[in-house]
Amino acid sequence: MGQITIKQVSKSFGDVEVIPPLDLAIEEGEFVVFVGPSGCGKSTLLRLIAGLEDVSSGHIEIDGQPATDLPPAKRGLAMVFQSYALYPHMSVRKNIAFPLKMAGMDKTEQNRRIDEAARVLNLADYIDRRPGQLSGGQRQRVAIGRAIVREPSAFLFDEPLSNLDAALRVGMRLEITELHKRLKSTMIYVTHDQVEAMTMADKIVVLRAGNIEQIGSPLELYRNPRNAFVAGFIGSPKMNLIEGDKATAFDASTIGIRPEHISVSTDSGDWEGTVGVSEHLGSDTFLRVSCEGLDEPVTVRVSGDIELNYGDKVFLSPDSSNIHRFDTQGLRIA
Amino acid sequence: MATQHSRASARLMISPSVLLLLGWMLIPLCMTVYFSFLRYDLLSPGTEVFTGWDNYYYFLTDPSFNDAVINTLSLLVGVLLVTVIGGIGFALLLNLPAWGQGIVRVLVIAPFFVMPTVSGLLWKNMFMNPVNGVFAHITLAFGGQPFDFLGQAPWESIILMVSWQWLPFATLILLTALQSLDQEQLEAAEMDGASWLNRFWHIILPHLSRAITVVILIQTIFLLSIFAEILVTTNGGPGTASTNLTYLIYVQSLLQYDVGVGSAGGVIAIILANIVAIFLMRMVGKNLDK
Repeated sequence: MGQITIKQVSKSFGDVEVIPPLDLAIEEGEFVVFVGPSGCGKSTLLRLIAGLEDVSSGHIEIDGQPATDLPPAKRGLAMVFQSYALYPHMSVRKNIAFPLKMAGMDKTEQNRRIDEAARVLNLADYIDRRPGQLSGGQRQRVAIGRAIVREPSAFLFDEPLSNLDAALRVGMRLEITELHKRLKSTMIYVTHDQVEAMTMADKIVVLRAGNIEQIGSPLELYRNPRNAFVAGFIGSPKMNLIEGDKATAFDASTIGIRPEHISVSTDSGDWEGTVGVSEHLGSDTFLRVSCEGLDEPVTVRVSGDIELNYGDKVFLSPDSSNIHRFDTQGLRIA
Repeated sequence: MATQHSRASARLMISPSVLLLLGWMLIPLCMTVYFSFLRYDLLSPGTEVFTGWDNYYYFLTDPSFNDAVINTLSLLVGVLLVTVIGGIGFALLLNLPAWGQGIVRVLVIAPFFVMPTVSGLLWKNMFMNPVNGVFAHITLAFGGQPFDFLGQAPWESIILMVSWQWLPFATLILLTALQSLDQEQLEAAEMDGASWLNRFWHIILPHLSRAITVVILIQTIFLLSIFAEILVTTNGGPGTASTNLTYLIYVQSLLQYDVGVGSAGGVIAIILANIVAIFLMRMVGKNLDK
């Protein structure tokens, strides 16, 4: 259960093509993350899978059955919305019971499933309250609870954590990952936050302007980005993308080097520069070094106890085995 | 100390307007109560004497009184039913994306701006007239016998006119309420397997409950005192078929020149309005607390 195949699906709003025809296969039990900058069509793609938008062309299959013309309710998918979309006039219990009630399930089975969901998500303390009386994280849990009681073949998450504060986001991230490990059902998760994508996904789908730029496991994308866009998008802090003479020296139009693959020295090295702002995180320090002939400062990761100050002269040496080379189209040169 | 002082001076400064409003309300009320205990005949001025509860007795035992109370309440219930149900229907329709939406919305709201007397005359002469009215022409075109609305079904006709006037108000309030409904809630309900009817019943209607309460409360205030529509169309007749309390008070004080009985009717109307208000608040007012 939970295998989704998308064949040549496209979506246009009037004359604007949001998603050009694309193919995608999602395997059973996978945690797939759609990631991309805002407006890249990732939410639209999710809504096409959910059935909340009609496809302009192409086919969607769920568990091998054609689902393109099925209404959302018949697809056996559950969705968690960005705004949670809880029903404000119903208690938490009634919110969670709603899909079961709509399915005409008998009361004892309903109660069994609600209690089970409440136990899994620790909702018991506020099961009789209304959504208006809950905090953001609690609402998020209720929204997930409403999704899991249906025992859907796949879960769809539409930027579920973007309304939460940073600390809560990390906590809920772990909880959702844990839920996936426990339920073992397919989950599709949309986010613009590449940290969420890296930490949660089995498979990341990077989208730009409706096109799939690359599909792969988090580390695969990190180590072998197919093009300069993916290289710049995945990883925090971002990969340094360098153009000009320093790139030509490596027979490329653009070279990419991650902050951890540059070594810093005060007396000798390949590139000379001045230390700008540095961010001390304790375990690591990220230096922004302005080098001659480069428009943007280079980000370098060094150990936390380095003694370098604003304005100091340093020499940078990129680790040549970890340099990514891209041609004029931004595609990777093997 | 500072807040205490500013609070005291604030009270002092708003007191003139409070006193003015209080006088505005209390003086007419007290005069009505005072007149209701006088034998006050406009045909023989200067002969007012205190008569105790006689005016109340005459008003309550007037053969038109029962009809007037029943008519007042049936108008209230009838118009509320039509406007709330119709208003929800119109609001749902107007909320759909359509070509020319702006113009349609203005047209729907237009009847609210027509004066009650004008609307009464419009309906009487242009629509319901059994000789010249549009309805008569339509019936004749199909070979039927024209229906004399104001003669055969006067009260129903007036309910129709008043509903026509108040439907835009209900539609407008309910439409704005509908537009504030989070679309993701409807989508979530759709994913949860709710049919359109279920979504309407479990999501849309609860969301509208507060707006419906506002519509009912505001309309009640105005519907209890409907007068102009009756005066220009049926004059309360035939018989007492279209007489409500307001109209009965008008008949007593200005057609029969008996201000005393009219005032007694006014006091009874106030009491009746309060009874209705208490029931309404009990029924729908709790929606406002949420």
